[in-house]
Amino acid sequence: MSLPNQADEGITFDTFMEGVWRQNPVFVMVLGMCPTLAVTVSAVNGLSMGVATLFVLVSSCLLVSLIRHLVPKEVRIATYIVIIATFVTLVDYLIQAASLALYEALGAFIQLIVVNCIILGRAEAHASKNPPLKAVVNALGMGVGFAIGLFALGATREILGAGKLFGITLFGDNFQPWVVMVLPPGGFFVLGGWLLLFALLRSRKEGKVQA
Amino acid sequence: MSMELRTSPHQVSDRSVERIMKHVVLSLLPVCGFSVWQYGLSALALLLVTTATCLATERLLNRAAKQPSTLNDWSATITGVLLALTLPPAFPLWMAVVAGFVAIAIGKALFGGLGFNVFNPALIGRAFVQAAFPVAITTWVPAFSAQRFSEFVPTTLTAPLMMPPDIVEWIKLQAVDAFTGATPLARWKFENVVASSYDLLTGVVTASAGETSAILILLCGAYLAARKFMDWRIPVAVLASAALTAWMFQLYDPAHYPAPTFVLLSGGLMLGAVYMATDMATSPVTPLGVWIYGAVIGVVTVMIRYFGGLTEGVMYAILLGNALTPFIDLYTQPRVFGTRQQGKKK
Repeated sequence: MSLPNQADEGITFDTFMEGVWRQNPVFVMVLGMCPTLAVTVSAVNGLSMGVATLFVLVSSCLLVSLIRHLVPKEVRIATYIVIIATFVTLVDYLIQAASLALYEALGAFIQLIVVNCIILGRAEAHASKNPPLKAVVNALGMGVGFAIGLFALGATREILGAGKLFGITLFGDNFQPWVVMVLPPGGFFVLGGWLLLFALLRSRKEGKVQA
Repeated sequence: MSMELRTSPHQVSDRSVERIMKHVVLSLLPVCGFSVWQYGLSALALLLVTTATCLATERLLNRAAKQPSTLNDWSATITGVLLALTLPPAFPLWMAVVAGFVAIAIGKALFGGLGFNVFNPALIGRAFVQAAFPVAITTWVPAFSAQRFSEFVPTTLTAPLMMPPDIVEWIKLQAVDAFTGATPLARWKFENVVASSYDLLTGVVTASAGETSAILILLCGAYLAARKFMDWRIPVAVLASAALTAWMFQLYDPAHYPAPTFVLLSGGLMLGAVYMATDMATSPVTPLGVWIYGAVIGVVTVMIRYFGGLTEGVMYAILLGNALTPFIDLYTQPRVFGTRQQGKKK
């Protein structure tokens, strides 16, 4: 998917909303599927993974945008990766300090934010061509969109797979958990369901525009 | 003198999809009847609910896709009936609804409907509920309990989304002598007890709703094969390869591995070989391919039963066979008449 080059436009509401809705990383671009499928077994896991990614995304886009005139073209990808890895290390230690249980639940996927294609994609396609403020607003939108996506998946899987949301029992003790939903196949089923819903919404919207 | 000119095909066949499917449904009726006779109201409700769910899902998705109704090709009916026959008789009805919906929606409609589905829809439905509700799908009830025509098994009427009640006490009340709550395959695997072939043939054992009487399934299958509504090679290949594999294992270690007759008659192998593996949309079309396909299913079934964590492997074996079908078809295409064989010069 080619991303539009918005180098010469000012900051609009769409700069932010692009990532939340029109180019949503999870539901529209289907990027970063590795954490999306692997850690979203509960709403808490999904949301914290989303927030961690949001933080790394915004900080690295800000830095990439600030130094965009200093980095030679030939080494830009390596530079971006070093910047991203720095912030990931920060997040890694922060989560470990805040909650060891959460850290263990997310496992290697925190470190793997380094290779999350949304972040490198934003740095390359947007932050390296735009002034810092615009880059941050756009990254914020993308991060929020990603976090919403992970939360939606995590909540659906937790409700069906355990009958809970944020650890609170929803349907009483007699609820029959759908074991498959917390297993890897459940991730694919739920993601497929959400993609279907989004495709349906978009096709309706396009239909209206044409009519 | 006038001459009528026509293009091929010159030989007209009356074997339409509807007609084949209708005969498959007819041939399934004795199996369903036996199941209801064995398990009573619960099995009857299960059959009706899965079939109704499959038909409703098919209609709903037809409408959503703005397609004409495909209900009258009978394929959704077959899926529903077969699905019920693979489930335990006391399976909670709300879970059966889930299985029926998944079977049609994910197993068939998502691929584009009948003929485009890669996997047998009924088995997709069963595989989903097996992964989702592992306890309910291994809860077995005794056959021929006294009140089977007057009351449901408690688990059947579980409220939607709720856990089925514990039926250990209920089973004790049925006063069926020595009910262990395990299928013959589980008893062999965990207790090393081999059920008698006579019981397995006549179907007086604990099992899923439709996988009990081997004789009945074989007779119904023979009818289908005789009327050429089914490729007889597939069940023959499946059963032969399963028997051969089991026989080789028994030769190797007779104390540990059961006789081939036990392997053939127990579990869902008969139902799977006759009704599931032969699904026309998901089995190969070439003569050689059909034999390979059947052989793979037979061998994998025995391997899962002997070495896998599950007691029964027919479902996954057939799904694997389905997945291999396009590949098998590609490599077993017969030589076109009048052309040279590949690789041979003159």
